[in-house]
Amino acid sequence: MPTTETEFLHEVAAGEYKYGWETNVEADTIPKGLDEDVVRLISAKKDEPEWLLAWRLRAWRHWEKLAANPEEKYPRWPHLKYTEPDFRNITYYSSPSKKPRYESLDEVDEDLLETFKRLGIPLAEQEKLAGVAVDAVLDSVSVHTTFKEELAEQGIIFCSFGEAVQEHPELVQKYMGSVVPYTDNFYAALNAAVFSDGSFCYIPKGVRCPMELSTYFRINQAGTGQFERTLIVAEEGSYVSYLEGCTAPMRDENQLHAAVVEIVAEAHAEVKYSTIQNWYPGDNEGRGGVFNFVTKRGICKGDHAKISWTQLETGSAITWKYPSVILKGDRSVGEFYSVAFTKGRQQADTGTKMVHLGKNTKSTIISKGISGGRSNNSYRGLVKINKGAENARNFSQCDSMLLGDRCGAHTFPYIEIKNPSAQVEHEATTSKIGEDQMFYCFQRGIGEEAAIKLIVNGFCKEILAKLPMEFAVEAQKLLDIELEGSVG
Amino acid sequence: MAILQINNLHARIEEQNILKGVDLTVAAGEVHAIMGPNGSGKSTLASVLAGREEFEVTDGNVLYEGQDLLEMEPDERALEGVFLAFQYPVELPGVSMNNFLRQALNQQREYRGEEPLSAGAFLKRMKQCAAFVDLDPQLMSRAVNDGFSGGEKKRNEIFQLAMLEPRLAILDETDSGLDIDALRTVADGVNALRRNDRSFVVITHYQRLLDYIIPDAVHVMVDGRIVRSGGKELALDLEEKGYDWIREETVAV
Repeated sequence: MPTTETEFLHEVAAGEYKYGWETNVEADTIPKGLDEDVVRLISAKKDEPEWLLAWRLRAWRHWEKLAANPEEKYPRWPHLKYTEPDFRNITYYSSPSKKPRYESLDEVDEDLLETFKRLGIPLAEQEKLAGVAVDAVLDSVSVHTTFKEELAEQGIIFCSFGEAVQEHPELVQKYMGSVVPYTDNFYAALNAAVFSDGSFCYIPKGVRCPMELSTYFRINQAGTGQFERTLIVAEEGSYVSYLEGCTAPMRDENQLHAAVVEIVAEAHAEVKYSTIQNWYPGDNEGRGGVFNFVTKRGICKGDHAKISWTQLETGSAITWKYPSVILKGDRSVGEFYSVAFTKGRQQADTGTKMVHLGKNTKSTIISKGISGGRSNNSYRGLVKINKGAENARNFSQCDSMLLGDRCGAHTFPYIEIKNPSAQVEHEATTSKIGEDQMFYCFQRGIGEEAAIKLIVNGFCKEILAKLPMEFAVEAQKLLDIELEGSVG
Repeated sequence: MAILQINNLHARIEEQNILKGVDLTVAAGEVHAIMGPNGSGKSTLASVLAGREEFEVTDGNVLYEGQDLLEMEPDERALEGVFLAFQYPVELPGVSMNNFLRQALNQQREYRGEEPLSAGAFLKRMKQCAAFVDLDPQLMSRAVNDGFSGGEKKRNEIFQLAMLEPRLAILDETDSGLDIDALRTVADGVNALRRNDRSFVVITHYQRLLDYIIPDAVHVMVDGRIVRSGGKELALDLEEKGYDWIREETVAV
């Protein structure tokens, strides 16, 4: 069943051009470099209130301290090899974005268009995604407004972070940094100092959000640069399903992405957060590609709260990402379902942290890593059961599949238990895509590429099934495309 | 014309020679049984015909409908109508039977320049074929061979045979591990699928399968060669006298 908003989107995309506007794409960019003035300048450009600037500056000073002592402060524990970015040689603000711009689709890279076509993305959206500077046919402003009105009727707030700062400062001030403080880690500090924009979502008490909130119909606002910040607050007894990302491969040349996502779930609230990450992975020799350093964390603040992270990671040269849940409320539930696929020279170090504080809390981790080419794919996860967490339960399952013999799969589970009543189970498997399985497919007339797709899709099925239906279909298509030429 | 003609076939795995000069001709519509003691090379022959890469053909040739079979890729052989019922069917976790067979069938149709089968027609055909071997249609929504019982796996192979309608079907010890009732079911399925343009090579260790699937010819394989061929009565002789009888005679010659 297609969800209402995607149905609507497709209709809009397929319809006639109505209220186009001329977008002036002259990018508003500040010079390269990072110092206190840059932080002040970003804040000023966004017309931010004093309290936010003060917060940015505190974060900036903290980051400076960390950066002054990189041997100790720079995260070197992941199983990743790369040259550290030169943070002083990056542009920290560019509006709307520094994506390549074209006059028409004829100028756009053919591979990219082919991919769009096979993903079934309507032409109008293709133009938007590729950054074509013609009048936008997909009228995302009115789409946006339509949904915003519908959501507003129920008291739901869904807007850009910048807008939230202006319109709902009390909410932003209350929750921002409450789950991921700027002192959390090197990149969280950097993000707090220089974040450009992001999304804000607030679901009032007892409200079930009637549609999946998606960055999809925010394409216009999505050009928010490298440093996104997302904040989702679900009040008592509310529910929201939030979709992040776009299945089209964005050829973003930005080297560094350091996003922060914070989720707050009050008692009996449920937040489902689904991601498809497909940033530019670099070429097969490992040149170029995005460094993706993300801090995502949610807190189940009240009893019976529930947070689920579901992710399909196929992009980026380097992925460093551990969506986590702090299980504070009694009987609260945390879930992490992940498929990470790497090929070429990609490296991923991804997993989760489940921190059990409340009684009878429960967490589930299912991670599937698939490595092809010369890539390296690591699962890193922490399950922590604190002293007061009576009868906490965790189940972890980490399966790795190797395509070919030049890639690597690694599992780094950490378990800390301080309460004897905990029940923690961990299962891990590593398998090479079986010659027997391949031969069985061949013998039924299924060729090599189709057989690999079939077997890998089977391997990931239980995770992809956790994604909202429309998203799952796109995820599978994306995986199929990524799998092409991934072996050998 | 012979559907299958094997001439002086030699094959080895790693450094070990297993097939040492196999000759066999199977005409269209015939059922040939290949019997022999463990380790005589029966299953290797099946694997070489289906195109398993671990085996290296060192001499001889195989003609399938007049074409050089050994030159074809394994999936091409399947698309050309060669089917192997596996001795140990392989599990594909997360891949539903439905999806698997639909892909197999549609690749075959595409190869022949036919349109893909509609979902309705596919389901109908699946039900019919499942009935052939008394297979629960519920299994079709489960993952391929995943959690199937031994008997279900073997019946599933014959079910796929029915679906894919090959011209040459090779049954590799399909009877092993089956109780007598399951054996009958499988044999009935195979008999129902016999046609004058479809040939079978039935590899078995025991004679009992041949009580139900009556072969046109029986061949005895010993040490990588077919040492004796005859009619269905040869199987009965073997049952009575054991393989040692043939082995001794072969050595004597």
